[in-house]
Parts: sequence; structure tokens; C-alpha cells
Amino acid sequence: MRVTHIVLGLALAAAPGLAAPAHAQDSIYIPLLTYRTGPFAGSGIPIANGMHDYLTMLNERDGGIGGVKLNIEECETGYDTKKGVECYEAVKAKKPVIMNPWSTGTTLQLIPKASVDKIPILSMAYGLSASAVGNDFPWIFNPPATYWDGLSMIFKYIGGKEGGLEKLKGKTVGFIFFEGGYGREPIPLLEQFAKDYGFEVKMYPVTVQEMQTQSAQWLGVRRDRPAWIIMWGWGAMNPTAVKEAAKINYPMDHLVSVWWGGSEDDARPAGSSAKGYITLNFSAVGANFAAIRDIQKYVVDKGESQVAAKDKVGESHYNKGIYNSVLIAEAIRNAQKLTGRKVVSGEDVRRGLETLDINAARWSQLGLPEFGAPLKVSCTDHNGHQATYLQQWDGRKWVKVSDWVAPMTDRVQPMLDAAANDYVSKDPAWPKRTEPCDRSS
Amino acid sequence: MLYRETGQFKTSYAADAAVFPILQDRIGIAAILAFAFLAVPLTLPDFWISAVLIPILVFSLAAIGLNLLTGYAGQISLGTGAFMGVGAYACYKLTTVFPDANIILLIVLSGLAAAALGALFGLPSLRIKGFYLAVATLAAQFFLSWCFVRVPWLYNYNISGAIEVPTRTMLGVPVTGPNATPVTRYLLVLAIVVGMTWVASNLVRGRIGRMWMAVRDMDIAAELIGIRLFRTKLIAFAVSSFYCGVAGAMMVFLWFGAAEADSFNIDLSFRVLFMVIIGGLGSLTGSFFGAALIWGLPIVLRSLPDALGVPIRAATVEHIQLMIVGALIIFFLAVEPSGLARLWQIGKQKLRVWPFPY
Repeated sequence: MRVTHIVLGLALAAAPGLAAPAHAQDSIYIPLLTYRTGPFAGSGIPIANGMHDYLTMLNERDGGIGGVKLNIEECETGYDTKKGVECYEAVKAKKPVIMNPWSTGTTLQLIPKASVDKIPILSMAYGLSASAVGNDFPWIFNPPATYWDGLSMIFKYIGGKEGGLEKLKGKTVGFIFFEGGYGREPIPLLEQFAKDYGFEVKMYPVTVQEMQTQSAQWLGVRRDRPAWIIMWGWGAMNPTAVKEAAKINYPMDHLVSVWWGGSEDDARPAGSSAKGYITLNFSAVGANFAAIRDIQKYVVDKGESQVAAKDKVGESHYNKGIYNSVLIAEAIRNAQKLTGRKVVSGEDVRRGLETLDINAARWSQLGLPEFGAPLKVSCTDHNGHQATYLQQWDGRKWVKVSDWVAPMTDRVQPMLDAAANDYVSKDPAWPKRTEPCDRSS
Repeated sequence: MLYRETGQFKTSYAADAAVFPILQDRIGIAAILAFAFLAVPLTLPDFWISAVLIPILVFSLAAIGLNLLTGYAGQISLGTGAFMGVGAYACYKLTTVFPDANIILLIVLSGLAAAALGALFGLPSLRIKGFYLAVATLAAQFFLSWCFVRVPWLYNYNISGAIEVPTRTMLGVPVTGPNATPVTRYLLVLAIVVGMTWVASNLVRGRIGRMWMAVRDMDIAAELIGIRLFRTKLIAFAVSSFYCGVAGAMMVFLWFGAAEADSFNIDLSFRVLFMVIIGGLGSLTGSFFGAALIWGLPIVLRSLPDALGVPIRAATVEHIQLMIVGALIIFFLAVEPSGLARLWQIGKQKLRVWPFPY
């Protein structure tokens, strides 16, 4: 019994000391919600490393941004919405200038809080598609493309291979997706396409429990024999799906995934049998960039990175983490320029995000030439709807197989407006935009 | 010495049957309530209120709900998460239909929806017992989770399949939605939890509670002394689901602010079951202990390295935290298999004879 008391005593004694430690006012606080544990760690680790390493590199090489050190802190969420929100509450007191939830579920919960707490949310190419409408969601940003843009780009590619989307008439297109907010997001547009082009859609939802055993779904694929399969997966779901597809001898070059299925670790476990698997991507693959060499020099070689091996630097998802951090850094730089202050706040960074303009020349200046398509965000358009490209697995690595493909904005924009309007109209108390608009710097 | 009932004479049956017959207990509970209602909102930072105390209170209520069913009536259920979901979705639908209605009223009404469904899924309990009943309630869990995804009417045909909590006000103060301050939400949750705990404590000490316990201890004997098994079990399922439903509605409306179907998965059911088992089966106090341990301990452990200034990475902390919590659960159960509530009781007994134990 005595031991119990000691344990309880220790727990109680520790409790009062847990108040958030004071933070230095001469740094910019950037919390990173990451997941290096749980069934989604396979996707989460490279992204966490990319984000962390680029920002650390800025600290080591340039002494931060504009001479102000970045205070980077990771909070582990395990891709669990509850823990994500808990992390948000925990870091809120330390005045973060930006939040990266890295989970559609967490993003949905943070969206209404953002304007109240004055912390902008960067949900890079995930989250609520409708939040691209800046007039309704002044605090939410989801560049470079929404899921609906992604789906339209996949259909452009399919149309190119089929010789016109009309050729899909009478055929079957499979959609295998993560059963959750993320996976369901593209369905309205998919159903619209099915109506317009006269093909049939077969849905294969995968729940969290089934992620590692998708036999039922792929049995369905065998039965239905869809001409194309479009995939919206995350975490352990992706490599399993690729393996299962290879196992039933599905033609791999007809399996097309959104950018989140484009990690090396998604294709590698299936080895050479995954050859031909295609995914979208919006950032370049490889470490042959000046900025990434700096990461190796200033961060990885000094042992400040958590990458398992040096050759992981420059992999597909790692580079998406870098892309995310580039957006953060550019937003902070813009904010410093707009306000003239060095230590910026969340309100300033929101303005910085709204004036994001990374053209080809700027990408080169950053030491990342051709790393991504030119990106421009405006007050009304918080997304940019930028082009992405397609990459194909050659058995060992990703190979770029297309030029930059632009989304079908004419199809996507009306749906975005309708969805944003729908979201806002459901809550009569949804705040009207009062934030003024800055000129692009 | 201080905690002794010597000299406290009961002169009426009412005084003898009071919830807290000992004066010191009454003082203690008054102090706790005063602390919770006054000191906490005035002193604690927002993080503690919104990320620690609100969740603990919500989970406590869910644990009380499951405890009524499992601890008092002896029926094992793995459907707690789903019944919480029913409450949440019902409250969401109700507030869409009646946007001007008082939100507390709607939260309580959504408990009724959960109670109806709970009674329905409790029907098999008449013929199925023990582990087999657990499997039957598991079916309820999976069926309802499926409904939350597949019945778009439940989430108003929202594209992302999530339910978002609109702003609702009471007396001009926002109580739900992003503009509601943590303190407001906390006080509301606390008031509901305290009220419902008081009801539960009277319920289990009264006729219905005694019927439940008789059924739990031996259902054939209970039947022989004239307790109608079917009705008793159904009441247990309905009341338990009512509590879970209210907890679920509070979880989404006063804590999360938005939720998707996955928030009410089987993990939630297991989590609440662990709280009940560790807290103590058949104890309302235990439900609070269990919730505080299962939800609070990981948070304390996670913030420990930071508070002590030990540089450990977030993922490592997470791994260590999982190991420590797992080990502590086994430790507590090994020390006292009847849960924390029993430890509390033993402590009180010892205190009574202190400083001259015999």
C-alpha cells in the first residue's frame, strides 16, 4: 500500500508544476502537430521530418527568419482527433503564429476556433475543400490544391489515356477510399463526373480497422473489374492497397492515387510488382536542391534530424513536409514585410499567407528551383488551385511522367462556392469577414 | 481523529438514510463542490479547463452510465461509444430543427433518444448473458457506427460527413461554438454532471438500484423474490444509455465543437469500460477516479518532461507514456482488483481509526 501512496503523492506533487513554461518574446513560436506513432506513422514520419528539418535548417543557416529565431515544437497526435485538439489547447497559450493540423478531422474542429483565437490554419492540400473561399474562411488556407482539384486532374489524365472522357461511357471506375472526412471529400465531384460522362462508380470504403487487411475490398475489385481505380488513402492503408492490387494482378498503371498515396513507403513494400502505380504530386522528388543540401549539412549531419537514414531525405513525403514549411516561412517573411515588425503574431501571419506569391524565380531564390508549381494565394482564393503532376513507380523510385496538369477550375469553383455557402449558412452566427485585404507584396 | 462519527446521533430515518450520513463527508463534498464551481474557474488556466477538466467530467458521466449497467445491473456492454454517438447526433439534429431551443434542454432530450435505442439493443439481454451479451452489444456498436457514416440525414448531408456545432446562447452568453469560453462550457458541464450524479446516487440506493443489484448478484434468486427480470434489465439499459447519450452530446457540443463518425468508434467504448473497471465496478465515486486516471494521467505524463526541462522528443514521450499508463493500470489492479474506489474506501476506514489503528 505504501508504494501506492508514494506513486499518488508523486503524481499530485508533479501536477502544479505543469503550467505552460514562459516563452521568450524574441522568437516566433511554431508548433507542429505530428504523428510518429500509430497506424498512420508510416505517412506521418517523413512529413514530420521534412517540416521539422527545413525550419531547423533556417534556424541554423540564417538564424531564423528576418533575424528572429523560430521556436519549433512537436506535439504528438497519433492522427487522433481528440489528441490533436488537446495539442491545440496545449500550445494555444504560447501564442503560435500558425497551426498545421495534418489531419482533416482535427482541421474541421479547429476551423471555427481559428477566427476567435486569431491563429491562422494552414491545411496544405487537405482539410475542408470549401475553406478555399477566402471571403467565408479568412483564417483557413489550403494551398496548393483542393481534393476536388486533385480528382479533376486525375480525370484529365484518365481522359488523356482513354482518348477523351466520353470514352468512359459504360465503363466502371472504382474508388477506394479511407472511410472518414478525408476520403469522402471527393465523392460529390466523382458522382457529378459519373453523371456527366456516363460511367459507373463502385465505392470501396476502407475503415481504420480494415486498413491492413483489405481483402473484402479487393475481392470486390476482382468481381467488378473496374477500368480505373482511384485511391484516396492514408497511413497503412496505401501500401496494403498497392500490395493487394498487385496480388490480384490488377493493371497497376490504371491505379491512380491522390498525392497522399505517393510516398516511397506506399509503393516499396510491393516491390517490383507495384511497377506502373501512378499518383499525383505537387512537390519534386529527390534531394538535388541547394536548400535540401543545406538541410543535410546543417541539420542531418549534425544529428538534429530524426530521419532513420540519410537517403530518406528527399523522398516524396519528406519533400511535402519541406513544401509545408516553405509556405510557413514565406508567410512569416511576408508578414514581417507587411508589418515592419520582426516578431510577428498570428494575425500578421494570416496577412502573410494571404499575400503568398511563390513564382518560379522565387522558388529558385529559395534554393528549390522547379520544386513546385508557381503558387499564388489571394484574399478571395485561399487555395490557388495550382497545377500538379503525375508520377509513376518504376519498381525502385518515382518517375515524373507528366508535365504540370492544371485542374478543371470551371468544374471545381462552383462546387467550392456552393459548399462554402452551405457551411456558412448552417450557422447564422458564422462571423462575416472583417479582415481587410492586403496587396500582394 | 478528525474523521470520526462519534457523537453524531441520527434522530430520524431521513437522517439515517442520507447520502452522506457523516458530517465530515458533507463538509468534504461541500468543499469539493465549492472548489469545482468557484476556485477552478477563477484560478486554473484555459488549457487545464478545456483539455483536462471538461473531458474528465464528460468521461465521468459516460463511466457512470456504463457503471449503472455493468457495475450495478451486471450487464456487460461494449456499445457505450455508439450510445454516446446517438446522443451527439440526436442533439445535432434537434438543434438544427429547433435552433432557438435551450441547449441544455436539447442535450437532455438527446439522452432520451439514446435511452430508446439503448432499450432496443438491450432486448437480447433477456436471453443472452455474460460474454455473449458483450458480443450482442458489440453488434450495436458496429451497426450504429455504420449508421453515423451511411445515413447522411444524420449529419445534414454535409460533404465531409462531420457534424459542426453551431453557436447557441443562453441569457445572451454563447455556450456552444467557438465563442463560448472554456469557463462557461466547464460550468455547464459541471452543473449537468453534478445534477445527474446526484440523481444516479439516489437511483442506485432506491428500489430500482436494489432491483439491479439483485439481478446482478443472482438473477434466478431475484426472479424468485418477485423482480421482473425483463423490465429491470431494460430499465438498466435505458438509464445507462441515457447517461451515455447526455455524455456524448456534451462531448461534441461542449468539448469538441465538431465530430465525425470515427469519434464514436469501438476505442471509445473500450476506453469507458477501462475507466469503469479501474475506477471500480458498482461505484459512482470510482467512475470519477477512473475517468481522471485514464484521461488525466497521460496528459500529466506528457507534460512532465517539459515541466522538468528534460529534452525528450514528442514521439518518445508518447511511447513512454503508453508504457507507463499500461504498467500503472496493471499495478493498480494488482494492488486492488476492485478498483480505485475500493482503495478510497480503505483509506477512509483507516482514517477513521487513525491514529490508533487496531
